[in-house]
Amino acid sequence: MELWENGDPIRDEAAPDGPIETRWERRRFSAKLVNPANRRKLSVIVVGTGLAGGSAAATLAEAGYRVRSYCYQDSPRRAHSIAAQGGINAAKNYRNDGDSVYRLFYDTVKGGDFRARESNVYRLAEVSVNIIDQCVAQGVPFAREYGGLLDNRSFGGTQVSRTFYARGQTGQQLLLGAYQAMERQIAAGNIEMHARHEMLELIVVDGRARGIVVRDLVTGEITTDLADAVVLASGGYGNVFFLSTNAKGCNVTATWRAHRKGALFANPCYTQIHPTCIPESGTHQSKLTLMSESLRNDGRVWVPLSASDKRPPGDIPEDERDYYLERIYPSFGNLVPRDIASRAAKNVCDEGRGVGPGGLGVYLDFADAIERLGVKAVEAKYGNLFEMYQRITGEDPYQVPMRIYPAVHYTMGGLWVDYDLQSTIPGLFVIGEANFSDHGANRLGASALMQGLADGYFVLPNTINNYLAGGPFGDISDRPEVASALSSVESRVQKLLDVDGDRTVDSFHRELGHIMWEYCGMERTEEGLTKAIGLIRGLRDEFWTRVKVPGTGEQLNQNLEKAGRVADFFELAELMCIDALHRAESAGGHFRAESQTPDGEALRHDDEFSYVAAWAFSAEGRPTLHKEDLDFEYVHPSTRSYK
Amino acid sequence: MTKAPVRKPVPATRSTVSLKLLMAVTGLLLVAFLFAHMTGNLKLFVGPENFDHYAHWLRTLGTPLLPETWYLWIQRAGLTVALIGHIAAATILARRARKARPVRYAHRPKVQGSYAARTMRWGGVIVLLFVIYHILDLTTGTVNPAGGDSEPSARVIADFAPGRWYVTLFYTLAIVAVGLHLRHGIFSAVRTLGQRSPRGERRARQAALVLSLVLVIGYLSVPFAVLTGLVG
Amino acid sequence: MDIQVRVWRQDGPSDKGRMVSYDVKDISPDASFLEMLDVLNEKLILDGDDPVAFDHDCREGICGMCGMMINGVAHGPERATTTCQLHMRHFSDGDVIDVEPWRAAAFPVIKDLVVDRGAFDSIIQAGGYISAPTGTAPDAHATPVPKADADAAFEAATCIGCGACVAACPNGSSMLFTAAKVSHLGLLPQGQPERDSRVLDMIAAQDEAGFGGCTNAGECTTVCPKGIPLTLIGRLNADYRNALRKG
Ligand SMILES: Cc1cc2nc3c(=O)[nH]c(=O)nc-3n(C[C@H](O)[C@H](O)[C@H](O)COP(=O)(O)OP(=O)(O)OC[C@H]3O[C@@H](n4cnc5c(N)ncnc54)[C@H](O)[C@@H]3O)c2cc1C
Ligand code: HEM
Ligand code: FES
Repeated sequence: MELWENGDPIRDEAAPDGPIETRWERRRFSAKLVNPANRRKLSVIVVGTGLAGGSAAATLAEAGYRVRSYCYQDSPRRAHSIAAQGGINAAKNYRNDGDSVYRLFYDTVKGGDFRARESNVYRLAEVSVNIIDQCVAQGVPFAREYGGLLDNRSFGGTQVSRTFYARGQTGQQLLLGAYQAMERQIAAGNIEMHARHEMLELIVVDGRARGIVVRDLVTGEITTDLADAVVLASGGYGNVFFLSTNAKGCNVTATWRAHRKGALFANPCYTQIHPTCIPESGTHQSKLTLMSESLRNDGRVWVPLSASDKRPPGDIPEDERDYYLERIYPSFGNLVPRDIASRAAKNVCDEGRGVGPGGLGVYLDFADAIERLGVKAVEAKYGNLFEMYQRITGEDPYQVPMRIYPAVHYTMGGLWVDYDLQSTIPGLFVIGEANFSDHGANRLGASALMQGLADGYFVLPNTINNYLAGGPFGDISDRPEVASALSSVESRVQKLLDVDGDRTVDSFHRELGHIMWEYCGMERTEEGLTKAIGLIRGLRDEFWTRVKVPGTGEQLNQNLEKAGRVADFFELAELMCIDALHRAESAGGHFRAESQTPDGEALRHDDEFSYVAAWAFSAEGRPTLHKEDLDFEYVHPSTRSYK
Repeated sequence: MTKAPVRKPVPATRSTVSLKLLMAVTGLLLVAFLFAHMTGNLKLFVGPENFDHYAHWLRTLGTPLLPETWYLWIQRAGLTVALIGHIAAATILARRARKARPVRYAHRPKVQGSYAARTMRWGGVIVLLFVIYHILDLTTGTVNPAGGDSEPSARVIADFAPGRWYVTLFYTLAIVAVGLHLRHGIFSAVRTLGQRSPRGERRARQAALVLSLVLVIGYLSVPFAVLTGLVG
Repeated sequence: MDIQVRVWRQDGPSDKGRMVSYDVKDISPDASFLEMLDVLNEKLILDGDDPVAFDHDCREGICGMCGMMINGVAHGPERATTTCQLHMRHFSDGDVIDVEPWRAAAFPVIKDLVVDRGAFDSIIQAGGYISAPTGTAPDAHATPVPKADADAAFEAATCIGCGACVAACPNGSSMLFTAAKVSHLGLLPQGQPERDSRVLDMIAAQDEAGFGGCTNAGECTTVCPKGIPLTLIGRLNADYRNALRKG
């Protein structure tokens, strides 16, 4: 039986055409406005309080809409965006080093391996400059130079310095800025905040997204919340792999529920795997920790030349080491993009040359840097990262080389949205990592923070007016769709509790993660993906007969929360494999072993696959593929080469 | 969602920070008094006449602008108000603090921060008891063996006579309590008044230590001198 | 290694709660403290017992979600470390470890080790922000900020809002938390217009939430995973005094 069906192509109807420099301006002009007096009559639900959701909620509330926000943590300030370290890009050209909106646009389209929309990316680059202004006005303490002006660094191998940062805590500082703006609106009565609440269903009435079903994670109470529009800003789904750099609670539930209600899910297989993470230390491992990419500026990556060499790193002489990145990519060396560095690490480990427990690790060695710059200088640059490494591993990176290994980090795929960030369900908007919009097949470093804030502060608050101008959409509290959404959630929760089997939720999640990492991770093959789909289906059936969720639904029950998320991950995992299987090319974060150049590099097939794969849900497990063709008027697809 | 118990809004003048400001100002006033008082006490070493002369001088301070002993009464009133303000604020804050932690920890290591900081409240109560006794003893003479009409130096010397070692012991304990109270108190007052640099913090802590040591030694030298017969 | 943990178990806000002992066998010294609790919970679930509820999310020491008293010390024995970043190698085979929730009237227990820290949000609501509605900002370089001020503001802004300061404070005071935000915003030129009202309102909110007052004991800064210094409390006090004086 075919795993999927082919459906009609789709188009982004909201996208303006004409010169790319004026598209955003023209869209803003053509969008309908809402009279300020009417805004108080319109309510918007925002699910998520990360950079995207936090900035959107604050801005919509400032505009006068009645906003209700949700997050599963105990405070909006703890959304996963808090963990971002490196920085945020903006085309300010403060360095006068040749940067411009156009260059950022160009780099992002190219970095995304020509699988993103030009219009969206151009707009992202355009509003990037406003983000920095906004954040500085809010008091975000970006790093500054002695003259008092903002400092910039170059990040992820770009040739211009356009990354703004706040030590290694950029995400934290940006999020606190958005959080504080939100708290101000909460105090003003414009936002109603519901922390420790999880969205478990989308309510669609008359074809419009009109509300959500939420569970109060403290009391277990399940209720509905109805509004004129729903915004999902619920982040990425990297946790389908169990081990990832995402926070433990990151999940796909909000977007998956919307997908089941009709929203298309785009490019689910595009996953970013970050090369510099601390390797697993044992079966107890619950998550992986990212080490900033900046380490590759001075650290040298190597493994022993011979697979049988089990000596401690210090005993391996220089000529028996393989500095494989420098060898294979002489011009970029240790600074090749993330996907390339990750796959190279996997390859040497597959050859049996990996180091550390289980042979899953490569060395990142600072001995040369220490000799060249001195311990002091290395400490000044990387001291806090070294400390973090030592805290976790118990090893001193000044003495022994660090061990690193790739880990799942970011998901480029997400709900399909048009230029207005509206999904295929009218009234359902999707922003931040939860949508698929701007990064194509691979995201550049420091661009996710930029996208989240661009969506939340500047794009959505403009485009949503066009939709809300048609509202208020009337009272729907008596409609059967509302009651049935509520009861479907209640029965799903009950079903999870009723299985009462003999395996824990985590054990299923771990096993699912293994399958995904093995077959839908850094390298994918037709055979592996087909096998994975079978394994996932089997495991999912087992889940519904053997899972054990202790406790009741009427209290704080963290295992019940996890169980619901894992149940949705099973369904998503299958779609990811199907998407990966159908895309018989290599692009960005998706590497198909069948599609590579003779020397092992990713090989795109622009003639066949230059489209966005947007999937429609099917209850029978046979999703329908809708293709949105990508046109490149400005940046012409070329082969990424880092040799 | 469970909600933390919300208290009534507190006006700025009675906020925890304002009450602390009151404690800092009154506390420092009391410290200044303690130093003046100590200087007077040390005159006993010059000779009982000198000490008594000083005690008399206190009564004539401010004359002829003020009638005799008026200054002394003004000072006493000022100190009493300060002390009452200090204690009232301390009591309110202590009660708020207790309410802020209704359930105690099952496992709590003895002290992590400074010992002095942890004993402010009990130390303060000991000091208060002592102050009351001290006034009845040496100011009014009510409980002094030499009686209310004697010369001040005679009262002091009678007080710390070797046979009355328990008085000396109580006095010593109280002075040590004052020392501990101020070892943290002086630093704390400076911080409450807005000290905010790391270097200033080191200095304030050192100053607090030195000043409280000087006070303890200064105050204890008198009874020990009497006890050992150095003065008398 | 094998250890015993004595954990505070409390079924819900109104339950009285008690310490319960559990043996945890065969824990890797490389496991984190929370991973040790994960292992315990897996066993409890399979034994048909109720697993221990505890808050956590990033497990990287940055979200501020985790936090528990470990042997009476907030976030455990390692300095400048959140519970999620504490590893079992800092304990020894055979240790008995006491684990309790943060205790403060303003942080009521929800279940086991999970407390409600919403009071922190209410302190921020009272004034822990700069009013800069989206779209009103001038160019980011319009106002240079001296590097020393920017660095000091950043230092103060690293607070993760975990609540360890309150948990450790003998008075259950949130002064370090409030002082960190007052300092962060007060050190920047953008934060000046609201500087006076901010400090007055945030202190009022802190008192109203039922936190105790500060006695400069310094236990907060000792346990703070981000090492927020006590000097910031002096900065808050100075700002407060100025604001009072101006009326
Ligand atoms: C370790 C790490 C470092 C990174 N570093 C960088 C960097 O340096 N630069 C960069 O640009 N990007 C970086 N990224 C990526 C970037 O941080 C994220 O992509 C981005 O922050 C996502 O923001 P968001 O607002 O879309 O979602 P999130 O911040 O993930 O927020 C999701 C929100 O949705 C809520 N939520 C989720 N599901 C539900 C539900 N079912 N019900 C209710 N609420 C729900 C959550 O509570 C949360 O509030 C990094 C990522 C990681 C993991
Ligand atoms: C000779 C008498 C006293 C002097 C000189 C004195 C001095 C001080 C000083 C300088 C402070 C620091 C204020 C601050 O933190 O800002 C202080 C604090 C305090 N005092 Fe006193 N005090 C005296 C008597 C008392 C008495 C009688 C009591 C109690 C009943 C008391 C209780 C306290 C308390 C509870 C504190 C606050 C704790 C703290 O700041 O850490 N004091 N005192
Ligand atoms: S779980 Fe985020 S700080 Fe510990």
